[in-house]
Amino acid sequence: MKITHDALAEKFIADEPRTDWHDETLWFVRAKRDKAAHGLPEWEQLREWGSQIKNRTLSNLSNYLIEFEKNALANGIKVHWASDAKEHNEIVHEIIKKHKIQKIVKSKSMLTEECHLNEYLHHHGIEVVDTDLGERIVQFRKEPPSHIVLPAIHLKKEDVSATFHEHLQTEKGNNDPQYLTEAARQHLRNKFVESDLAITGVNFAIAETGGFVVCTNEGNADMGAHTAKVHIACMGFEKLIPKAEDLSVFLRLLARSATGQPITTYSSHFHKPRPNQEMHIVIVDNGRSKQLGREDFRNSLKCIRCAACFNTCPVYRRSGGHSYHTAVAGPIGSILNPNLDMKANADLPFASTLCGSCSNVCPVKINIHEQLWKWRQVIVSEGYVATGKKVGMKGASFLFSNPKMYRLIGKIGRWGMRAFPLMINNKANPWFKQREMPEAPKESFRDWYLKNGKNKS
Amino acid sequence: MKIALFIPCYIDQFYPKVGIATLQLLKKLGCDVEFPLEQTCCGQPMANSGFASLSKGCDVNFVKNFSGFDYIVAPSGSCVLHVKEHLKDDTNPIEAEQIRNNVYELTEFLTDVLKVKSLKAKFPYKVGLHNSCHGQRGLHLSSMTERMLPEFSKPEQLLSMVEGIELRKPKRNDECCGFGGTFCVFEEAVSVKMGKDRIQEHEVNDVDFITGGDTSCLMHLEGLLKRKGSKVQTIHIAEILNSSL
Repeated sequence: MKITHDALAEKFIADEPRTDWHDETLWFVRAKRDKAAHGLPEWEQLREWGSQIKNRTLSNLSNYLIEFEKNALANGIKVHWASDAKEHNEIVHEIIKKHKIQKIVKSKSMLTEECHLNEYLHHHGIEVVDTDLGERIVQFRKEPPSHIVLPAIHLKKEDVSATFHEHLQTEKGNNDPQYLTEAARQHLRNKFVESDLAITGVNFAIAETGGFVVCTNEGNADMGAHTAKVHIACMGFEKLIPKAEDLSVFLRLLARSATGQPITTYSSHFHKPRPNQEMHIVIVDNGRSKQLGREDFRNSLKCIRCAACFNTCPVYRRSGGHSYHTAVAGPIGSILNPNLDMKANADLPFASTLCGSCSNVCPVKINIHEQLWKWRQVIVSEGYVATGKKVGMKGASFLFSNPKMYRLIGKIGRWGMRAFPLMINNKANPWFKQREMPEAPKESFRDWYLKNGKNKS
Repeated sequence: MKIALFIPCYIDQFYPKVGIATLQLLKKLGCDVEFPLEQTCCGQPMANSGFASLSKGCDVNFVKNFSGFDYIVAPSGSCVLHVKEHLKDDTNPIEAEQIRNNVYELTEFLTDVLKVKSLKAKFPYKVGLHNSCHGQRGLHLSSMTERMLPEFSKPEQLLSMVEGIELRKPKRNDECCGFGGTFCVFEEAVSVKMGKDRIQEHEVNDVDFITGGDTSCLMHLEGLLKRKGSKVQTIHIAEILNSSL
């Protein structure tokens, strides 16, 4: 079995100053989000609208998908349907092969991460250059992104400097962000100019117009799409919205939730290919239909990938994105990934205290923490739980269902803790590793109540 | 008005003083309180671990103990939230529903039902309030920093009636302490780190006590404080509201 969240988190936290820095950095983003949201008196209303529009979309998804395809085709866009990650990768590969293209740039797309497109194409001898600065950094380091909006947020400028020194021959030890960004800029500019094909993600696909919107802060989606002969946009089918006017809700929610900006620097609207350009859209299912069919979890598909739930999550901030061992980390990842592979991701819904902060910041009102709770029930009922835990829970259930037994065991347990503290205060007890156990009193509350409480007080 | 006192299992076993303070406080305020003697646990430890299917016995026992009262009051937001959201009894569905509707966390019972306007309590110390998540975000005992809604706090409202108390707010007023039920042992490293970070903010404020409405969070913080030999102590809000030093 692969390493689970708790073990990966423990490894991350072992470097405490770095954990503190990671926590503070993401808390800073959360605070910016709060400030931006506080700036809009209608914030809670916007969330409600965002939620309702997405609910409507999901309830009528098949119709909206057909409408979108019809309008996109009429605009001259080629539309492809992929039932899973493999089909998605094959479709993209086919287009590349058809044009005999070698140089490819890609702007940020979590869908292509989910489908492991880069690895697939690499395996077929095709290299893709990620052009989002954070993604380029992690690509150099052969790491996956640790955050869906801030892919290299786990790295400090010293790390970036070392990586760029190795791959871009920048000065060793020069940590100046301006200098490093300029080096990346010059490097990427050449890649844009040379490229023949651009892959982008999609933030919103509009059924009414057959067009789509890509949001970036670096303009890299535009740089890629505007220079390449072929533009492939990849989207999970939940990216659909019914009307162009719905953007007036989502574009306001997205950037404020993600980074605290009033709007992303570039909200690029693509409707049809330029003369002599080819434009493709690949619409991907990859488990989404199955999630849509799960009543308790379907509204996870409302997600607009703002990552506000990452930034607010006290666990994510202290365990780092890689501890979630999936393309989409954080609280939203923990309710999406069990659907993709329940066994491999059975640990994720438990990587939460159920504090509920994620649901509170979600701009489309996904009840994330309630779904985490519900996934726990599904995972246990499907049997993806350690035997020890199961036995312990059965014991607890028996004890708490039998008041006399509960009192007896409680009394013996407390006596044991007082008489033989080392039985409890030892290495095998994860509580005791860094915390003292509570003191075990001679009397329970009930004992006291029977003696003193009933009539006197 | 007949009130049943619901004392969560870990308070019964490890923190009887919290139960005693709750009972004394309610009696001082003129309530007719009874402690149903065969109560055990609300079932939350199983349910939050994915074993809601194993909490039936708890549910049945809970309904047996707490039927027929006007209100059920407990010094724990977390257990109350669990009962409110998940208590089920197929043979006594009406009783179960009544319990779900009538179960109150202590501070909300004081502010919303008893509408307490003053308290004869004195606690001349510097105190930091830990807002426990289930009470705050689940039961809405106070406003939340994520939401853009008017500010309020039921526990602060009550603490401000205590003579001599000096409340000091931590920088992150409603961040989770990392207890999280079985999370505290299955995700030990994250749980401890979260707790240490909470403590650090209160220590910067130079408080004498950290208080809150959930003994579970306080037990976790107390374990960390004791291990590091801190002078900061934990105390349940019922003990402060009941104090007459």
